[in-house]
Amino acid sequence: MTLNDSLSKNRESIINRWFDLIVDSYPQNTADFIKSEKNRFANPVGWIIKKGIEDIFEGIIQNKSDAQFFPILEDIIKIRAVQEFAPSEAISFIFLLKQALCEKVVIENNELFAIESKIDTLAGISLDIFMKCREKIEQLKANEDRVLKKSNS
Amino acid sequence: MAKEPKPQEIISQINYNPPQKSWMDIPVEMKEGMFCYGAKEKSLQTLDFPNVRSWSVLEEDWKLPEKWDKIVLEGIAERLKKYRSFKIFMDICVRCGACADKCHFFLGSGDPKNMPVLRAELLRSIYRKNFTAAGKILGKLAGARKLTLNVLKEWWYYFYQCSECRRCSVFCPYGIDTAEITIIARELLNLLGLNIEWIAGPAANCYLKGNHLGLEPHTIKNSIDFLVDEIEEKTGVRVSPTFNRKGAEILFVTPSGDLFADPGTYTCMGYLMLFHELGLDYTWSTYASEGGNFGFFTSMELAKRLNTKIYAEAKRLGVKWILGGECGHMWRVINQYMDTFNGPADFLEVPTSPITGTKFENAKSTKMTHISEFTADLIKHKKLNLDPRRNDHLKVTFHDSCNVARGMGMFEEPRYVIKNVCNHFYEMPENTIREKTFCCGSGSGLNASENMEMRLRGGLPRANAVKYVQEQYGVNMLACICAIDRAALPPLMNYWVPGVDVTGVTELVANALVMKGEKKRTTNLRGEDLSVEEKADV
Amino acid sequence: MKILFPLLVVIILVGLVFMGVQEANLHLLFGIIIPYVSVTIFILGVIARVVNWSRSPVPFRIPTTCGQQKSLSWIKRDCLENPSNAVGVIGRMALEILTFRSLFRNTQTELKQGPYLVYHEEKLLWLAALAFHWSFLIVVIRHFRLFIEPIPGCLSLLCSLDGFMEIGSPVVFLSGVALLGAVSFLLLRRILSPKISYISLTADYFPLFLIIAIAASGILMRYFVKVDVIDIKAYTLGLLSLHPVIPADVSVIFYIHLFLVCVLLVYIPFSKLMHLGGIFLSPTRNMANNNRLKRHINPWNYPVKVHTYEEYEEHFREKMKQVGIPVEKE
Repeated sequence: MTLNDSLSKNRESIINRWFDLIVDSYPQNTADFIKSEKNRFANPVGWIIKKGIEDIFEGIIQNKSDAQFFPILEDIIKIRAVQEFAPSEAISFIFLLKQALCEKVVIENNELFAIESKIDTLAGISLDIFMKCREKIEQLKANEDRVLKKSNS
Repeated sequence: MAKEPKPQEIISQINYNPPQKSWMDIPVEMKEGMFCYGAKEKSLQTLDFPNVRSWSVLEEDWKLPEKWDKIVLEGIAERLKKYRSFKIFMDICVRCGACADKCHFFLGSGDPKNMPVLRAELLRSIYRKNFTAAGKILGKLAGARKLTLNVLKEWWYYFYQCSECRRCSVFCPYGIDTAEITIIARELLNLLGLNIEWIAGPAANCYLKGNHLGLEPHTIKNSIDFLVDEIEEKTGVRVSPTFNRKGAEILFVTPSGDLFADPGTYTCMGYLMLFHELGLDYTWSTYASEGGNFGFFTSMELAKRLNTKIYAEAKRLGVKWILGGECGHMWRVINQYMDTFNGPADFLEVPTSPITGTKFENAKSTKMTHISEFTADLIKHKKLNLDPRRNDHLKVTFHDSCNVARGMGMFEEPRYVIKNVCNHFYEMPENTIREKTFCCGSGSGLNASENMEMRLRGGLPRANAVKYVQEQYGVNMLACICAIDRAALPPLMNYWVPGVDVTGVTELVANALVMKGEKKRTTNLRGEDLSVEEKADV
Repeated sequence: MKILFPLLVVIILVGLVFMGVQEANLHLLFGIIIPYVSVTIFILGVIARVVNWSRSPVPFRIPTTCGQQKSLSWIKRDCLENPSNAVGVIGRMALEILTFRSLFRNTQTELKQGPYLVYHEEKLLWLAALAFHWSFLIVVIRHFRLFIEPIPGCLSLLCSLDGFMEIGSPVVFLSGVALLGAVSFLLLRRILSPKISYISLTADYFPLFLIIAIAASGILMRYFVKVDVIDIKAYTLGLLSLHPVIPADVSVIFYIHLFLVCVLLVYIPFSKLMHLGGIFLSPTRNMANNNRLKRHINPWNYPVKVHTYEEYEEHFREKMKQVGIPVEKE
């Protein structure tokens, strides 16, 4: 069985495990809420994380190009960028996929390198996106300050 | 792979509160991006507030008066006597949890103390300790705790993380309103000079100069003159507003934000065009040049002090009634407080539309009518020549502003107006609009720049619903009737839902409005090309 | 700790009666003195609380509006969710108190969208709260048959309706079962849901344990120990007529039930259980949204320092004149 096959076969269980690992990085009662509430609008954070990692996972199976991952990763990272995470923490959710995989599927040695590289690449892209988000936030702040200065002059 | 450093180890470094501990035992931590800077000396002085000094949030010493705890406790006692709401909301919460996940700040941040019930418990625990028998005797068992400096800082941090949007109160089986609790908590904090500058500054401006932005009379005139030129350029029609004119029939009051920054200015141009087209006998005032009321985010007394100007100016100018522009908290104050604060307005007449003759009976006592009520009535009576095709490039959705929604209940009027001036209107999902609308995340004076992360987090539930209609219907315009929305939603959209712009409802009206003597419109008020009319003629 | 402690207190209370009645023969204390004292505390306490609340004025009219306001005649207004007059307010309060309208709002928001299961906890909260309060009310009313002689027809009717399933002997009252079920659910929810357990205080668990103990002892008494109702009725009528007699040979379980009820009565005025009175006085629910139509008076309204137009003009007169804004004093 190729890696892709076993990934597809264990799709649900890997994604669920991955989701739980990510959500467990929030305080317990928050994590509980993020996990339990399934309504997209009543629980935007949980919904976006879940949807995001599903799309990432799908992208890995379909062997999407790095550029294609950009918009997929963006939604989750936008949230992490406003939630008091340091850059390393903000993108750590990508690495949690390694743990989920580790627990859920057996990976042959020859495929290990490929999947690890993919995850590392995604982490790199995530860091780029994170920095972009932070820049955007700083820019939004600066815009507001400019308007304010104008009014005081 | 097992030998990899476990990613969870990275995450476990995140300094989140250990969940086993009771929330009472977790000291507050001031996190950059989550709070606004403290009020400046000058602002407090202008407003005659106590404990005028310069201080910094991140410094250990907040330079409090010596017996600050006594001041707070006396403040609580006084307010228990003054507000039945406060007393009851302190007493009857059963912590059923219905409100817990209704707060946009909790949804966006996950910080448990942003759950409305816990936000209120921050104050309730002190109330129990000092004002209830059970709390005095049983202490922590009864949910009571001592008022310490840490508690005070916690109050400051979290009561300036509540936008007084009242969403939780809709879901509470007893109608407990966290906005009411926040209002009182902020009053208590202000007894010690603990405001934020983003509120105190505008309030001081408003007190001295008549508006939050601190625009002086000549600047107001110049700003509006600039808009008048803009209108002429776009429409070929020269409108001629008047200022502080005695004997006008109507006094028009709107938030000063609309005079100043995009996209509020387009809404302001909309007012000018609409009133000109109607030939309305109205005047602007430079003295009462603020509809909004940042005093309301400070104390009831300051709210009243700032609000006074509207009736005082109406009286001085001898107008018959007052028309109010698009603003959220301004309308909470006008609808629920103004008449009580500064009425009776017996020198005014019941608002009557000079165009349709409609008497606004619902404003019989306060004598102030909302622009959306006024416009909806005009459209119903077919008094406006509208060409909604001019808005055809827009796919519009409507954001109910919290205060207008839950402090007034104005849902249909703006929708009626929008549907008559736009051909493409789409509602956001049911649990995010009307009485269940999500706050923009910046209400109640929290739209500073230094707390941008908090604003973005708090705005996520709203943005998420906008994103949904963007994906579903290609929505590209978010309409609202609130000046804070017009200031706060653009960065929110910019970050979460790029491609969606923000507009006031009256801007949409003005774009669709066919004016007498206008030139062929080639652009809308924003200067964007309108190729619609040609197409329409085919 | 915050769960175990209140549980322990309830167990100790039960033990106290058991020892008191069984060992120390304190029938007089538990059968007569405590009931009188606790009823007195309950009545005076509740009155004091309500009077205390009403002594604070309602300075502003602050209803939470949950529906369309009354404005233009052709716009359909929502009389119940945004009442503009007393009739509407009564309707809104009735919906709130009888059907827990606001809690129900939680359940309407489901879009059933996406691949995930829709979660039902909030619907259950509404259902359990409704079942709990209604069955509690029916149980209380049912007990009136012990206090009234002859039993009025409506009360008998209620009892027979409550037992319409006609299972067992004596007939099982559904309300008792529903009460125990609902209160157990509310307790479990509080313990098992991390979110709710985080916000819960010791004071939230205590009444739940107490009510479970009361319901359990009542059920035990009716179906298993089978206490003699005639004896008890003689006793309750005696209490009512202020000529109390201690029932001759009643099981200790009756004393336990009675004592726990007394504890509950005493507990109510000092606790959050006063919400049963508070809801009627909640200003966000019991006021009409007719602020602009009818002036609301604040009894402590006081004059405040304002910045007058004269001061404003004084400050800006030259600037105003320069741009042609009319002034009062040239």
